[in-house]
Amino acid sequence: MTRWAMVADLRRCVGCQTCTASCKQANATPPDVQWRRVLDMEVGEYPAVKRVFVPVGCMHCDDPPCMHVCPSTATKKRPDGIVTIDYDLCIGCSYCAVACPYQARYKTDRASFAYGKATPAEEQGYDPKRLAVATKCTFCVDRIDAGLAKGLTPGLDPEATPACVNACITQTLSFGDVEDPHSNVSQLLAENQTFRMHEELGTGPGFYYIWDKKDGETAT
Amino acid sequence: MNDNFGPKPWHQTNWDFRAAFNFIFGGAGAGLLVAAAISGGTGNALRIEILLGLALIGAGLVSVWFEIGRPLRAMNVGFNPFTSWMTRESYVAGLVFVLGLAAAWFDSQPLALAAALGALAFAYCQGRILQGAKGIPAWRVPALIWLIFTTALAEGAGLFVALAALLDAPARGVLAYISLALIARALAWSIYRGSVAKGTVRAALVRLERAGKILVQFGTIAPLALVLVAWLAPEVARIALLLAGLAVIATGWQFKFVLITRAAYNQGFALPHLPVRGTR
Repeated sequence: MTRWAMVADLRRCVGCQTCTASCKQANATPPDVQWRRVLDMEVGEYPAVKRVFVPVGCMHCDDPPCMHVCPSTATKKRPDGIVTIDYDLCIGCSYCAVACPYQARYKTDRASFAYGKATPAEEQGYDPKRLAVATKCTFCVDRIDAGLAKGLTPGLDPEATPACVNACITQTLSFGDVEDPHSNVSQLLAENQTFRMHEELGTGPGFYYIWDKKDGETAT
Repeated sequence: MNDNFGPKPWHQTNWDFRAAFNFIFGGAGAGLLVAAAISGGTGNALRIEILLGLALIGAGLVSVWFEIGRPLRAMNVGFNPFTSWMTRESYVAGLVFVLGLAAAWFDSQPLALAAALGALAFAYCQGRILQGAKGIPAWRVPALIWLIFTTALAEGAGLFVALAALLDAPARGVLAYISLALIARALAWSIYRGSVAKGTVRAALVRLERAGKILVQFGTIAPLALVLVAWLAPEVARIALLLAGLAVIATGWQFKFVLITRAAYNQGFALPHLPVRGTR
């Protein structure tokens, strides 16, 4: 069984937001909508200050609260772990948005463009189906499915890999099948210490954060 | 281990006053149906109470209909009875309308009781809807279900006695019920207050605390005293019950408004570990 997941190595991320830009370009999201965001956290007090950059978005949970609450069955989870939204079913009630502990969902009521009028690129990517309904990161599911149909391996072959992962300049982001012990992400998880966001809520996020080597000392 | 250095929580912007009105009007309407059935009234008084209860539930649903992004697809709300309490609420609302209208039409006590049972289920669904919102710490605690449920009962009883006072109709039959509903609501608030303290940001707690204080002082103690006055001094019973009823309704409504539009902070992001970079 396949379980697609993303791994972010927090030691590598420099907060360049290239993944954010790449996601916006690939998915044509409107202004103020960032399916892949990078949080810029400042920790501690001067002079002992650290900055941490944390990529976030839909965590494609094992037990997604957004799916359970959705009254229209627009939100579903595929057998490979990807959580999807059917824009033709969604009524835009935003119940999923308040149910998501990761603030990953957006609703845009009106068409909006970066410079008022749509640029040619925005025109090309504009999808009226996405207006007034819930939207979120899809793990670039179309790329994955198209790539798999061609016999490619998501996470290894760029054509079958989410845009944010392809764009990452520091190889912070990795994507692959965590059920395959030989996959790139399984190896990363085996070699490093990781956590998942708000794990105590029991949602089982499909997004892992690396923070140290497995045999290393822990940070304070 | 530092587990709280994510970007600070911020207030959700997805549900505004229109969603709040669903809980405000829907809860009070459901509570009124219950109080009307318990009072044992018949005739025009029962009809007015049932129709007002249904109108309030309807107003709440219309209000939330104005909030959804695709109102023409509203019927899709019924597609997920297996896990969604919003779907279940919509089913129960339909049942309550059928039973309530039938009770009003036939002036039937048994049908009014059946509608009241549906109204109880409706109020419970409302509590579960909020509790299912896992992204909002002030909503997801199980204790909120019973606070939403008991405040619906209290508001309905308050509306009943206020109506009775206005119309000079008998209300002594529900004085024990409203007293119990108020005590149950205060108890539910106390339990909720204890369970929400952990995991909810201070800004939300401050707002909840303020709203809760109003709920206890003006929504429980004062109305109970007024009910006692009405019981002991029949000559001032009408004004005492009118004030008691209005206080119960107003405080319940203000609490729900605050809960949904002022205290609904998400939990932000938090890292249980910092990344280890370079030398250790």
